[in-house]
Amino acid sequence: MQMTETSPARKIKGVSYAKYGYMFCIPFMVVWLFFSLYPTIYTAIIGFTDLKGAATRTYKFLPDLFANYNAILSNATFQKSFVNTLTLWIINFIPQICLAMLLAYWFTGRRRDIKAAGFFKVMFYMPNIITAASVAILFNTLFGYPFGPINDILKSLGLRSESYNFAYSPWASKLIVSFIQFWQWYGYTAIILISGVLGVNPELFESAEIDGASRGQTFWKITLPSIRTILVFTLITSLIGGLNMFEVPKLFNNGGPVNETSTVSVFIYNQAFSGTYQYNRASAASMIMFIIIAILSSVVFYLMRDRYESAQKKLARRAARSGAIAGQARKGAAT
Amino acid sequence: MTGTAITKPKQMRKQSNLILYVVCILLAVLAIFPFYVMFINATRSTYEVQAHAISLFPSSFLANNFKVLSDKSFNAMTGFVNSLIISSGATLCAVYFSTLTAFALVAYSWRLRQPFFTFIMAVMMIPGQVTSIGFYQFMYKLGMTNNFLALILPAVAAPATVFFMRQYMMPALSLDMCASARIDGAGEFRIFNSFVIPIMMPAIATQAIFTFVSSWNNLFMPMILLTRKENATMPIMVSWLRGDIYKTEYGAVYLALAMSVLPLLIVYFVLSKYIIAGVALGSVKE
Repeated sequence: MQMTETSPARKIKGVSYAKYGYMFCIPFMVVWLFFSLYPTIYTAIIGFTDLKGAATRTYKFLPDLFANYNAILSNATFQKSFVNTLTLWIINFIPQICLAMLLAYWFTGRRRDIKAAGFFKVMFYMPNIITAASVAILFNTLFGYPFGPINDILKSLGLRSESYNFAYSPWASKLIVSFIQFWQWYGYTAIILISGVLGVNPELFESAEIDGASRGQTFWKITLPSIRTILVFTLITSLIGGLNMFEVPKLFNNGGPVNETSTVSVFIYNQAFSGTYQYNRASAASMIMFIIIAILSSVVFYLMRDRYESAQKKLARRAARSGAIAGQARKGAAT
Repeated sequence: MTGTAITKPKQMRKQSNLILYVVCILLAVLAIFPFYVMFINATRSTYEVQAHAISLFPSSFLANNFKVLSDKSFNAMTGFVNSLIISSGATLCAVYFSTLTAFALVAYSWRLRQPFFTFIMAVMMIPGQVTSIGFYQFMYKLGMTNNFLALILPAVAAPATVFFMRQYMMPALSLDMCASARIDGAGEFRIFNSFVIPIMMPAIATQAIFTFVSSWNNLFMPMILLTRKENATMPIMVSWLRGDIYKTEYGAVYLALAMSVLPLLIVYFVLSKYIIAGVALGSVKE
């Protein structure tokens, strides 16, 4: 990525300002090294040791370095938690992205003027800002047995004659946890997609209209391909968030019934901070997740970098054509 | 043939408009309904909730429910103040130092500038939660468990915020004006504080809202670090509501939840315009 060198910032009367660049990054770097890099390395190390027990602070390396990793990978609860994490994410993400796309399609229609569009957006996004812990407990109470509001509704409507114990049913619990995630996040995804579609060059839509494309055709052939990067970005960031899912499964039903809604984060928490305090096992599980997340985030990294480079190339071409000054290119590169 | 071709799309549009409004209104109701039930039931007695869990109108047991909570030493004010201290501290650290780091990336030419930016982008997506065990052990060794600084200081290194600030700063900051401030004798740090910060205010406000909310809502890290009751944040206190002593106190649980949600709802409705715009901006700037 080529940077525009602006001379006044660089040197005035022979004074080099480069040192300020380094200086102003020091707080960030120091804190990052202390609070991010070191804990990461430390977690990795603990994963190879025998550190467990609430009061134990000394540890030694295991003779078989990967014993914790093997134990975790063959641990039935970990496997179940991993599968649950993916299941919960998939059954929340598929309806979420579909609804978000539908809303994006509706809210960006060029001929359609939606009344109260702003109000609707505010409503859709609202659940996202509320503490997930509160939301989880609230839903636990709403789906309460035998006196919860949902059971009340089901009985009043005559759909059930007796209260249903949602917390005892594995699939009901799974569906509710996924629903909470869906309910909290579809508004966010919809807003991201709407602004993505609004960012597409309007000339594309105009020429499609002139060519007589229907709204459906325009959506599938023009809109979707144009926001492909944003879609992939949404998918991966949501997946990374989903892999860290903790508050809702932990507090809705404490991972239950019988680990049916336990996620990897709930598993790690329970391993490390309850019962036998198996920090070493929890660290091994954490590092496995760390590697998966690092791979996923490197995909995001390359996507974003590619986007920059293509944006930069486009600008360079445009600049060359119109003979625009470098200052404009610098401005454009930021968007 | 031509007649139907003209009327059909019109009819279809009308129909799909109807579907659009029905779906949107349903979604809006879905967003409000849980909170509505929560606020109404916060004013109702356990007996009333047991008889009918849903009521259109509030009752008169608000004070009663509040007393039940205080008897169980559920002091919402403690959680509120603790959360406020941690979230404000983390927000100040995150926006100030991220802007400073972005300034270093935009205003100066230094050899490691590009590698440093690449590094920021690379670590941006990695969540702190996956390395929580090492973090906890480290804090324990330093004697910093139950110390709010353990939750505030890490905010100084917020890669995503730096990224956002840089994107905003690139077109907004005029290096020529920096240079003329320099000629007037201002030091680099002064230029940052009295010239760059005011320019960056819109971006700082956006990022402040999101940092504050995500810090306020965080449960995992505070829960492992803050083990003393008097240090509990709002989400930690909410997590206690699953305990057995609240099993039969329906009204009180709703009230406790309402107290944890109300501040956020107020902030949200006051700032919703900026918040929605901030979310949208996030995608455009990526």
